[in-house]
Amino acid sequence: MTSADPSTPTPSPLPDGPVPSPRSAVPSAASIVRARRRASLIRFWRQYRTHRAGLFGLAGLALVALTALAAPLLVGGDVQSVTRAPGKALEAPSGQFLLGTDQFGRPLLGLLIWGARISLTVGLLAAALSVAIGTLVGVMAGHFGGWPATVTMRITDWFLVMPTLVLAIVLATVMSRSVWTVIVAIGVTSWPTTARLVRAQTIAVESRPYIERARALGGGHGHIMTRHVLPNVMPLVLAQTTLGISSAILTEATLAFLGLGDPTIVSWGGMLQDAREAGAVSSGHWWYLAPPGLAIAFVALAFTLCGRAIETVLNPKLAVPR
Amino acid sequence: MKRAPRASGVVEAAGARGAPGLLEIRDLRVTYGSGASAVPAVRGVDLAVGPGQKLGIAGESGCGKSTLALALLRLLPSSARLSGEILLDGEDVLTMKWGRLRAVRWAGASIVFQGAMHSLNAVHRIGDQIAEPVLLHRRATPAAGRARAAELLEQVGLPAARADAYPHELSGGQRQRVMIAMALACDPRLIVADEPTTALDVMIQAQILRLIERLVAEQDIGLLMISHDLAVLADTCDRLAVMYAGRIVEEGPARAVYDAAEHPYGRALSAAFPRIGDPASRRAPRGLPGDPPDPAALPSGCTFHPRCPVALDVCEREDQPLREAGPGRSAACVRVGAAVPAGEQPR
Amino acid sequence: MTTTTPPAGPVPLLSAAELKVTFPGRRGAASARAVDGVDLDIGTGEIVALVGESGCGKTTLARALLGLVPPTRGRVTFAREPLGYGARALKAYRKRVQLVLQDPSGSLNPRHTVYDAVAEGLRIHAHPGDERAAVAEALSRAGLRPPERYFARYPHELSGGQRQRVVIAGALVLEPELIVADEPVASLDASVRGEILALLLSLRDELGLSALVVTHDLGLAWNIADRVAVMYLGRIVETGPVEEVLTAPQHPYTRALLSVLPESGEEPVVLMGEPPDPSRIPDGCRFHARCQVLASGEAARAGVDERCRTDSPPVLTGGAATQVACHWATAG
Repeated sequence: MTSADPSTPTPSPLPDGPVPSPRSAVPSAASIVRARRRASLIRFWRQYRTHRAGLFGLAGLALVALTALAAPLLVGGDVQSVTRAPGKALEAPSGQFLLGTDQFGRPLLGLLIWGARISLTVGLLAAALSVAIGTLVGVMAGHFGGWPATVTMRITDWFLVMPTLVLAIVLATVMSRSVWTVIVAIGVTSWPTTARLVRAQTIAVESRPYIERARALGGGHGHIMTRHVLPNVMPLVLAQTTLGISSAILTEATLAFLGLGDPTIVSWGGMLQDAREAGAVSSGHWWYLAPPGLAIAFVALAFTLCGRAIETVLNPKLAVPR
Repeated sequence: MKRAPRASGVVEAAGARGAPGLLEIRDLRVTYGSGASAVPAVRGVDLAVGPGQKLGIAGESGCGKSTLALALLRLLPSSARLSGEILLDGEDVLTMKWGRLRAVRWAGASIVFQGAMHSLNAVHRIGDQIAEPVLLHRRATPAAGRARAAELLEQVGLPAARADAYPHELSGGQRQRVMIAMALACDPRLIVADEPTTALDVMIQAQILRLIERLVAEQDIGLLMISHDLAVLADTCDRLAVMYAGRIVEEGPARAVYDAAEHPYGRALSAAFPRIGDPASRRAPRGLPGDPPDPAALPSGCTFHPRCPVALDVCEREDQPLREAGPGRSAACVRVGAAVPAGEQPR
Repeated sequence: MTTTTPPAGPVPLLSAAELKVTFPGRRGAASARAVDGVDLDIGTGEIVALVGESGCGKTTLARALLGLVPPTRGRVTFAREPLGYGARALKAYRKRVQLVLQDPSGSLNPRHTVYDAVAEGLRIHAHPGDERAAVAEALSRAGLRPPERYFARYPHELSGGQRQRVVIAGALVLEPELIVADEPVASLDASVRGEILALLLSLRDELGLSALVVTHDLGLAWNIADRVAVMYLGRIVETGPVEEVLTAPQHPYTRALLSVLPESGEEPVVLMGEPPDPSRIPDGCRFHARCQVLASGEAARAGVDERCRTDSPPVLTGGAATQVACHWATAG
């Protein structure tokens, strides 16, 4: 098949790029870049819009993010306070406390809303940290090759086969108890998957002729990595980040549930742990257990749906029939 | 000092015009999509190939030549709409039932694609891949399939022992030979070769072209060869058809078209590949300004007029049909046959 | 050996001396001698075509001349200065010598606009002047006019010929003295091919640009080159002015290559088999196993068949004279 056959229609030239009018036939380089970026964002959104699951995920995320941002207005900062708890211990859901209260008499709905802040913060930062490390390691190993890359990838493999949770537990145990510890513990244990993916993508990009052209133009390692490799691995990294957030949120909840989180801060995993300690499982206080569990599942699902949709839009080769 | 043109081509071709051909294409049209966004890829093509005849189709990428090749066996994507007739031994491929079409795809006509690396399955031994159509279509036993594969490999000039090799163990030329062996597996009456030698070295190209010529002559099959290289087609084929924007703009005996094309596009294609030793082309590469037309927005009148060095005013307004241009030749140009209309000025 | 005396020309712009590039074999396999002793000069304003089959080492030789592959032995000299392989020296060299690759679709980053692709070289070398003006000028030199119309386009919105013009503009923008073009038209359509070749020729005429064109296409050499060097299995086997080498070839390999061209007048000499392996270069003349002159007994009649099998012909000098590395051709 010849490439220009109409079965693979090439986009008509400049659908929405800046067409220089005769009057101002001199668009500056910066304005060209801005206009093209806007155009590609619009194109991205148009394609993303066609993924119903992705839209559902996005709507869910928007809801959770807004709730988390507005938490100080909705429930106020003293919802965590044990001493100023408004209700009695372990009240069932009622008109006053929609989701009931915990063993200290705090309203569970308020805690749930407040907990979203921690879950989202930890999820975002841990995923960002993990993807940053993974991208750096992956690009370096893919670009330079040779024995340093081999050593790096062996270390990566070692991290990959280590159970992430066990490693995170060890880290969270030896470091001081705080949210930051949890973020670091998740971040430094979950990067190997990203590193592997990014390295593979880097090697694929590096074999393209435009890399050789850039080298022949005099471009050094930094130029090739930042101008050619990074922009080409970014879509992968973006999708990976979105997917990473949901697993980071799950890991955070697990760590908190195991009692390794910061006990002074309310998080969904922490709520579950409190519920278990309060005997909610055996005494049938389902309203204590179910909401944080469902919230975790809901947010993780929303991020996963978004990540899959982004992945499909940016890398159509992965697309599965919907 | 030119090699003598193969005289047989002219005679045979002229004789085959009236006789029922092996392949006859009548007013074939292929359109991708429908409604306002419909893109015509092939716009009314008539062709005929007889047994033992070799027809070359030349043209640039996007001119519809590959679409034409795929249309012959209804291998086009479902978005393509076809009309006209494709008669293979008198039977219309376009109205055939699926079962019959499957049989025809190997035994009636088969295709040799360009890019042999991608058309072979990397995880199967080449012997098994060659034997596959035999097993499927002839219900042959595995032993008979293996024997047939070995025989075919010998025919294309590879040792039968290579049947155990995987595609990556072969060189580009050897893979192309395997592709030809596969195409021959069910003794087809017609072979369609789509750019069979593109991306091969001159020496390997020569080997493959000799091989195709020999097989066509020995087995009396028809050959439809598609390429953008007019020189290669002129050397291998009896007749030559030049395609532009989904239509045939020139047809005739291969040597005659190559040496003295009537259509300006045919002339440009033939000048693109220089004759070594010809002082006219020394330090004077010749191309054709402009780009091939976008099939979705074809120019008015003669589709070639925006790039034509000798266009007249009338070319912009009126479509030019194929006209008689000498014995067994035709060309779709206003300057052919009839005198230039009075009052027309070169632009 | 020399059949015509070269004019005592000026110092060549780029020169390779006894260049060898050997790639180590994997897992104990013999190492591949991709370039096995090559002398080659390219003068100022000269277009040299390096012709050979795939696997003959012509691409490796071109990359070695650009400093993209370090030579195992020998040296590259550019404008009288030996080529240094430090990062700084290479960067300075690559401002003056540019590469144009075969596949214009692959040699443009799909995420960069035409403007970015052309300006890349300027940015790498921290161009002091007006970047916009330089990009516009390079684009119009490469035949994309008016240049502003192409600034914001992406490679996939251009035709193959236009893409190759963008690649050439990206090379021209640094005002190089030499362009190394690796199969510049092999993946382009027939009608576009002549246009791109005419562009290369006009750049030489207008800017005095030298060029080394690596190709398997002898017609291309006839179209634009001043001098041709035929390469076989890591060595140059015949070199000289295009008119002499292509119309009166002396080396049996050159003869065979010319004879299989569709429009050649002679009976085609189709060499059987694939080009041999650079990790197993035969003793004696490297072509003797496929040589039609040796096979037909012609060499025996000339009394050189023994030397063909045992003696390797000497390395040809890089100069402009017609030379051939063949015992049989030089014996007569």
